[in-house]
Amino acid sequence: MPKINTFPLGGIHIAKEKLTALSPIMDAGVPEYVYIPIKQHIGSPAKILVNKGDKVKIGTLLADADGICSADIHSSVAGEVVAIEPTEGADGYYENMITIKTAPDEYEPDIDTRTEIIRDIPEREVIIHKILHSGIVGLGGAGFPTPIKINIPQNKKVKCLIINGIECEPYLTADERLMAEKAEEIIIGAKILNKALGIQNAIIALDQNKPEVIEIMEKISKVYVGVNVKICATKYPQGGEKQLIKAITGKEVPSGKLPMDVGCIVQNAATAFAVYEAVQKNKPLYERIITISGDECRHPANYRVRIGTPAEYLIEKSGGISPQVTQIIYGGPMMGASIVNIKAPVNKLIGGILLLSDQKAQKLPMGNCIRCGKCADSCPMGLQPYLIGKFVQNNLIEATKSCYAMDCIECGCCAYVCPSSIPLLDYCKIAKAELKRKN
Amino acid sequence: MLKISSAPHIHTTKTVPDIMKDVVIALLPAGLAAIVFFGLSALLIIITSVASCVLFEYFFGKYVFKTGNSTTDYSAIITGLLLAYNLPSNFPLFFVLIGSFVAIVVTKMCYGGLGKNIFNPALVGRVFLFISFPVAMSRWPQPYFLDFFNMDAQTAATPLGILKHIDASTSATSLTTSASDLPEYWQMFVGYTGGSLGEVSSVALLLGFIYMLYRKVIRWHIPFYYIGTVFILTGITWLITKDVRYEPITHILSGGLMLGAIFMATDYTTSPMSLNGKIFFAICCGVLTVVIRLFSGYPEGVSFAILIMNAFVPLIDRFFVPHHYGAKK
Repeated sequence: MPKINTFPLGGIHIAKEKLTALSPIMDAGVPEYVYIPIKQHIGSPAKILVNKGDKVKIGTLLADADGICSADIHSSVAGEVVAIEPTEGADGYYENMITIKTAPDEYEPDIDTRTEIIRDIPEREVIIHKILHSGIVGLGGAGFPTPIKINIPQNKKVKCLIINGIECEPYLTADERLMAEKAEEIIIGAKILNKALGIQNAIIALDQNKPEVIEIMEKISKVYVGVNVKICATKYPQGGEKQLIKAITGKEVPSGKLPMDVGCIVQNAATAFAVYEAVQKNKPLYERIITISGDECRHPANYRVRIGTPAEYLIEKSGGISPQVTQIIYGGPMMGASIVNIKAPVNKLIGGILLLSDQKAQKLPMGNCIRCGKCADSCPMGLQPYLIGKFVQNNLIEATKSCYAMDCIECGCCAYVCPSSIPLLDYCKIAKAELKRKN
Repeated sequence: MLKISSAPHIHTTKTVPDIMKDVVIALLPAGLAAIVFFGLSALLIIITSVASCVLFEYFFGKYVFKTGNSTTDYSAIITGLLLAYNLPSNFPLFFVLIGSFVAIVVTKMCYGGLGKNIFNPALVGRVFLFISFPVAMSRWPQPYFLDFFNMDAQTAATPLGILKHIDASTSATSLTTSASDLPEYWQMFVGYTGGSLGEVSSVALLLGFIYMLYRKVIRWHIPFYYIGTVFILTGITWLITKDVRYEPITHILSGGLMLGAIFMATDYTTSPMSLNGKIFFAICCGVLTVVIRLFSGYPEGVSFAILIMNAFVPLIDRFFVPHHYGAKK
């Protein structure tokens, strides 16, 4: 029995509900129109390079990284640009999107569409150049551009690359299926990242509850020097960057610092796959795996989806919205956002679309805090959410600084466990937003 | 029409009433033991206390504080049970009403209801009755096994009362007792001894403790450290002096220690939040209990110890902050 790693502070055990763990990835196909947002990452929106009426192919650069923490945006379909205008997004806010009327698939000439695995890794400069121009961002949900993440400053030293294959959110299985079906590609992606970082070893962190993936990964990783599989306990939020580093290396990222300060870089498994595709196949990031699930989803499935596909198209494909559905969520049930506009497109950061019933996604009326301390016990950062909540209720934003509100990773454990249904995560988010605004 | 809400979208199904129901279930064995040993009079006290607590909560919430009906959270039932468990079985029922009023209205609702009280409501009710009606509060009927209708049982001393009045050196007074009056350990363990309703049967209380641990209502630390501290402190004194008054097993099996440590010191609202804070709180409760039992005029000190420590909880919470990920060393 291999050693099971985990983080010591807090965490909760929630029903995994991985309905689609064994459903192979299916191609979602191409909708009639795709809507490609020009901001699918943290940082500034990309600069639009195309005009209305332009013909584009799959992989055509639509918008160029512009400003801080920006990333390139590529076309996910072949067709004609029919509009470039603010369009209603999933959250109801309008954002700039490029609307493309699709035509039959036609790829940019240098994209390699063959299925063979290419194992020879190019030179470091080539890798860096290709990653920079492929629009890759962290696919775990934060959307931090990968080229910036692997560009380590001179005074920092990275010793360890961790490939995050935990996927601790309930329902989501996109990464799990990708790892089961594209294990070798992900490992080659990790080796490519290794070369870009100038280090030799990579750790693939997997959740105990994915025996199929563990078996495949352990088999393939033996062939590659420096790649090791480590198994983590099934506990939420094991996939959190800081919790994973603690579990694997035993080190804590100091408050306000980055993982590279303890010599670690964490990349999502799907990101490693995107890196493989970008470097070995010249494929920019224009599609990703999305899980459609939820207790009221008629046909839960994992789809390979072109970026910009409207959620409605995917929901129709999995059986439509039943009358019991009261909430649709982009992402997981713990950290995802509930959406208002199902015509809005999916972007690079969405790993799942969940259709939940009122019973499942229930918010009870808030009661008095009974000081049970469950929020503090469950906080994986060791914070005191009840205290942050009390401070925010009384508008004492400055005081939340002294209880490290800024370190909150927004995992939602506190609000999940609260028996009085106090929206503790909301208070933490308010505290963080207000503290950021003041500084 | 889609609903919008903030993350997390799923929540635990264990709400406040569920937790309180678990505590009520955990309290039932002790109540049963009380009825077995003290008969119908015990049942009457329990019913009076619970009913009056719930009614006070209902009427004062509705008509005086205008906070709505808060009886649905089951916490008033717990307060009622705990108050009853702290009374002797021959206690006048009218006085029980006074205790309920002090517990629910004065100690809890005046401070803002569940979760906002500083002191444990049942304990304040008990101490109020103890100070106001000292005679009625210290006449303990003799236990009778399964003799339900024995309403005018003889009074008997509690084990701690016996210990308090053992006086080896001086001449006998009417109060003086001897070690031979003490019940056997098994009698104290099952509850066949004089005392308040709910405190006599250690085995029933331990059953409730195991249930609460199993249901993850409380953690084991407070009862363990509290009882452990009392055991060690009296044990050391006993080893040094060889005096039967300090005999540790009698001390942990008798009086309100088990009831207090398992059900009252672990009350969420009036105990510290962090684990280290809880342990510190429990050890302090233990020390105070031993000090009061050995050196004060009272035979029992559990309720005073817990109430004194309740007052320190905000301070303990400030000092014992849990380890924070990435804290600067």
